[in-house]
Amino acid sequence: MAATETRRPIATTGSDRPGRAIAQPELLTGAEITCRSLDDEGVTTVFGYPGGAVIPLYDALPRSGFHHVLVRFEQWAALAAIGYARVTGKPGVCMATSGPGATNLVTGLADAMLDSVPLVAITGQVVQPMIGRDAFQEVDITGITLPVTKHNYLVQSAADIAPTLKEAFYLATSGRPGPVLVDIPKSVFLQKAVYSYPQVAGRRGYQPTSVPNLRQVRLAADLINRAEKPLIMAGHGILISGATEEFAAFVDRTGIPVIFTLHGLGTFPESDPMSLGLMGMHGHKHVNDALDQADVLVNIGARFDDRATGRVSDFAPNAKVIHVDIDPAEIGKNVPADVPVVGDAREVLKALISDVHERRHGQWLGWIDSRRNRGLEAALADRPETPEPYTIVKAIAAATNGEAIVTTDVGQHQMWTAQHFGFNHPDRWVTSGGLGTMGFGLPSAIGAKIGRPDLEVWTVVGDGGIQMSLPELATMVQERLNINIACINNGYLGMVRQWQDLFHAKNYSEVRITGPDLAKLADAYGMTGITVRSHEEIEPAIARARSIDGPVLIDFVIEPEANVWPIVPPGASNSEMMHEARFAELD
Amino acid sequence: MKKRHTLVVQVENHPGILNRVASLMRRRSFNIESITVGHSEQPGVSRMTIVVVGEVNDVEQAGKQLYKLMEVLKVTDVTDLSVIAHELALVKVATKAQTRSEILQIAQIFDARVVDATPSTLLIEATGPEERIDGLLTMLRGFGIRELVRTGPVAMMRGGTSVSTKGSGRIERVTEQVVAANGVAVIAN
Repeated sequence: MAATETRRPIATTGSDRPGRAIAQPELLTGAEITCRSLDDEGVTTVFGYPGGAVIPLYDALPRSGFHHVLVRFEQWAALAAIGYARVTGKPGVCMATSGPGATNLVTGLADAMLDSVPLVAITGQVVQPMIGRDAFQEVDITGITLPVTKHNYLVQSAADIAPTLKEAFYLATSGRPGPVLVDIPKSVFLQKAVYSYPQVAGRRGYQPTSVPNLRQVRLAADLINRAEKPLIMAGHGILISGATEEFAAFVDRTGIPVIFTLHGLGTFPESDPMSLGLMGMHGHKHVNDALDQADVLVNIGARFDDRATGRVSDFAPNAKVIHVDIDPAEIGKNVPADVPVVGDAREVLKALISDVHERRHGQWLGWIDSRRNRGLEAALADRPETPEPYTIVKAIAAATNGEAIVTTDVGQHQMWTAQHFGFNHPDRWVTSGGLGTMGFGLPSAIGAKIGRPDLEVWTVVGDGGIQMSLPELATMVQERLNINIACINNGYLGMVRQWQDLFHAKNYSEVRITGPDLAKLADAYGMTGITVRSHEEIEPAIARARSIDGPVLIDFVIEPEANVWPIVPPGASNSEMMHEARFAELD
Repeated sequence: MKKRHTLVVQVENHPGILNRVASLMRRRSFNIESITVGHSEQPGVSRMTIVVVGEVNDVEQAGKQLYKLMEVLKVTDVTDLSVIAHELALVKVATKAQTRSEILQIAQIFDARVVDATPSTLLIEATGPEERIDGLLTMLRGFGIRELVRTGPVAMMRGGTSVSTKGSGRIERVTEQVVAANGVAVIAN
């Protein structure tokens, strides 16, 4: 008689991995502990690249419960993890080997640091006896990443791995989120220890404030209730704290119009009449005009970045400033705050809503509306021969009903997308704001698609940026990701060319850039490539890309010297915007 | 107006903490004049005394940035508090038979003591506020200072008050105190 297989009920420690009993303490290798910790943390996807120091880790990997995405360059592992984190709100995880693998992560860590993205990076390190001896592929990655991580660790024993990872995830995701790096020597991966994943983590020196001081909330409410020309500056913090509902209620009650920082897009529907649009260097004219006139500015979860403020001494010159931020160090860092409110945006809005009066600001809204640049709308209607970048962005938005996740690279196409896509949903706009990392578009789209397979994902890139991360086309194909790439191809490093055009007497220095036939290249990678050279081809190409299952690259060849308008010259005040003649106001 | 501020920073004594603090101050362009580190009354907690030069707002920002380091437990700006802030100096002074007694008298005036002597040198140890050390050095300079080493100040509040790791840190000129992360005080103008 064959033995009957019986299964007793099995207790798990929170993961849904079946079949693992925890009755006896388990002696595991450091590599196994690392994988099990990620499983027990609930990690489902890791972006990485193997190498010498992490061979033991990759040896344990096939027995883990998470999916490993093999990128083509470690930097894109970090950026894919960022894309994943930005659309899911969960921490992104990336891993790389020691030395060059680890240093290649640095740009991604810096990106996550400046944009407050929860990221946990695991790097291999040379065996402990070799540390400090300039061993093969040795680099002091904890030293190197000190300024670009929220915190980092060099793990010295296998028993420390689980508590360290628990704390790393806690730090990465709590308070103001950020990147945390955990460096693990190869010898620690090989060492054995008893595995147990801690339930909680905490640190004596780390107690982020989430609930605001109620006195400050009352002071803020009082200022808001007395304002005649108030503006809300909506920042990334609203998305990070998951406060879009509370924010919409706040806007509804106070009747205050909303302007967006680059990362604030998606905090409130742009289609709503209370949305005024993007602020700052490439913001809308009426937005920057409104900033000039506002008497109260309510900044919720933004850090007064210089691209948003322009020359800071002239920023919102008539406004009393209420600054809501979870990071006390942001208060008064760039713009003095009249009423600082330290706390989580959601908690602050929940506290504020009962203290603010229901109001309408019809006259103020009317004045702002009168400052709209109607010339731009008119110019968009007259269709030039080559595809107009604004039109491409608007066509993608129209085709996807504005529901798609959009990631971008950095430069002109990024600003065109920010200005004209029209974001109506939270966490669907993924861009590199603080660091401005070129090459961001492709890997972040990979992370975003894996994080939200239920949503359509587009990445709008330039022909400069895409050439930085082209190898990730292979990752998209290997992972069979349904991503649509819109390359806005002008044969230039467009934003630098634009600055050379406007501010350096058209001295075009090293901005002319050639590239491969992108449609053919897409074909070579095993994906669909489409080239668009005329206005009429835009919509059919977008429709075709959407109908194809699998990655598609559309190469939109545009007017080489199209500029992003309007623009605040670097170092100038937001009120000193430049407009192109054909986009000037009609009236 | 730029002025010197003395910050007492209590930190968890983890490897690399001095590097973290120094790196932070450098990358945010805060001007450190001196930094001293040593044990405190609590096991596992080190105490740093950092002298920085800057505007009030800069120093407040430095304090808030320091709080973002996981190991930092408390930052106290003791500049305008009643504190004892003492340095230590070791001075090797050139000596001849005819100058030795004069140097000893000077040392006595400044409460300094001789810790080593050779026929041609006296090694003098002085502690006290910066001005006292400056005064001693001014008086000794004429004899020939062979070698000098000075620490930055270490500081402690007078009276019964302690810079404990509990409670709220004080940043100078606080007008509106906000309960913020780790008890950082935030200025409201």
